[in-house]
Amino acid sequence: MDNVRVTSNKRALFLALLILILILAATMPLYIQPYTIISLTSIFMYIILTVSWAIFSAPTRYISLASASFFGTGIYVWAILGSALPLPIVVGIGGLVSSLLALFTGLLTLRLRGMYFIIFTFGFSEFIRHSSQWWEVNISGTEGRWVVGVDHTAIYYAMFILAFLTLITAYAIRRSRFGLALQSIGQFEEAAAHAGINVTAVKIITFAISAFFMGAAGAIMATRWSYIDPSIAFSPLISFMPVLMAIFGGIGQIYGHIIGASVLTILAEVLLTEFPYYYMLLFGLILLTVILFLPHGLVGLIERWWKGRLVGKHANT
Amino acid sequence: MIATLLDITIGGLLTGGIYALTAVGLNLQYGVARVLNIAHGEFIMLGAFATYSLYTLFGINPLVSLAIAGPIVFIIGFLIHSTLFQYIRSSSESTGAFEGRSLLASFGLLFIIQNVALLSWGPEIKGYTYLAEPVNILGTIFAANRLVALLFAVAIGLAFYLFLVRTRLGKAIRAAAQDPVTAQLMGVNIHRVLGLCFGLGALMAGLAGSLISMMFEITPHMGLRYTVIALIVVVLGGLGSIPGSFIGGLILGLIGSIVTYIHPGLSMVAYYMIFILLLLVKPTGILGK
Repeated sequence: MDNVRVTSNKRALFLALLILILILAATMPLYIQPYTIISLTSIFMYIILTVSWAIFSAPTRYISLASASFFGTGIYVWAILGSALPLPIVVGIGGLVSSLLALFTGLLTLRLRGMYFIIFTFGFSEFIRHSSQWWEVNISGTEGRWVVGVDHTAIYYAMFILAFLTLITAYAIRRSRFGLALQSIGQFEEAAAHAGINVTAVKIITFAISAFFMGAAGAIMATRWSYIDPSIAFSPLISFMPVLMAIFGGIGQIYGHIIGASVLTILAEVLLTEFPYYYMLLFGLILLTVILFLPHGLVGLIERWWKGRLVGKHANT
Repeated sequence: MIATLLDITIGGLLTGGIYALTAVGLNLQYGVARVLNIAHGEFIMLGAFATYSLYTLFGINPLVSLAIAGPIVFIIGFLIHSTLFQYIRSSSESTGAFEGRSLLASFGLLFIIQNVALLSWGPEIKGYTYLAEPVNILGTIFAANRLVALLFAVAIGLAFYLFLVRTRLGKAIRAAAQDPVTAQLMGVNIHRVLGLCFGLGALMAGLAGSLISMMFEITPHMGLRYTVIALIVVVLGGLGSIPGSFIGGLILGLIGSIVTYIHPGLSMVAYYMIFILLLLVKPTGILGK
């Protein structure tokens, strides 16, 4: 009985905290600097990328490096349709086109496993980058294009709403039978298939869902840059960052992904502005430290500390 | 017609030789030491810049530099493996976990090495001229340095192959590649062999870098491109197969040369196209198991 009350109390506290954060985030543009709004938008963007990457890759353990191709597709959808249609519709289309791309790649690749899957997805997004570059130079004759901009507050709200939707989706999938199916695929794929799970369908659908949010985020983010070309839109860094952020934060929990994305985005920005010449060096050292000493990410550290505190309390009484 | 054909073939073999060397290095690191080293290209860059500095500061012949830059990069690689990757290996519960963590660690290395290179050599494009006089082969003209580089690439590849096949240490490496646990039971010092493999992989990268610096311009950012090409060649030849990497490198070089002849600027697209088709049709590569 006591346990039940504790969990329901905890849940109420959690809900209150969540609502507080939501209100704070929603009213943010009223009282802070435009520069901070831009930084917050980047943080939301990386939260979306990391959480949506983890929707597919964390439970199934298929490490995808194709994020850049989905994100970049969203950017190009905005570049082509942005001047003709309103923002929410273009963002939706960006997401859908990315999902279709994910369905297509999913059908091609999901029989590959382990390292082969990783290098395939990386090769695939590089292929898209190089071929669209080649297309722009040789066929359409224009490298890069100008993009219609939108004001910062609108981008902020769009990104905020999308981040919220991504989190809800991630949470819902995790809690559903579908999420269980994903986890059983990650643990033992053959056993999952024998238990009656349509392994291929589950993997491909999840891959497409995760790509939807990446594409939508790309379409929103495109409005912030006035100029894009394939090397900006399909930058391989976008493929690597979600992986790093999820592992940095702690791959097992959604709040780990949020913490990882937020901390690394802020860290990267601070390092870049404070130490422009040693930026990569420091970033690399931090990365190595986390991999060596925090195999379960920041969340692992927090949990260890939390457990230590609990033990300490009991020791005192 | 024959002149063009010869031009394409020799041009392809020239780049292919370099690709082969870098791929053999990456294959040792992934095939035996299980580290998919994204920082592989950074060792190429280090080799190239070491050779550049030795030539411009002390006037040391780049071919002599092979014997200086190579061992330096080897030692760096060996030390990195015996500290960093050894630690990750001993603290990971499974091979899968080790592969994931070492992949990320190699990203960290990439950032660090590239930044150190930027600080030491600056961001500008560098280059020097060495053996640039033209050589005429059956009516087609090549710079002498490219032919010398090809010669050395083949010689280094052959020497390394003989080392693997003929020596005791080479046998230990092959055993470790097949089954590290059994190799250890048979008395192979697995820690040292894995460190050696990583170091030798770095050595191959360093030597390739030295050869590249004789022919092309170099920058601190040149690494990633070569890493990606090496990755494609490794998959093309078969993960874990050293002869496969060598053949794969030459094939990819030839394809690149043909595609560049048909339409310059399309070679990278073609590489990725081959890569994707290959993974879909025969992911184990030409000589893979």
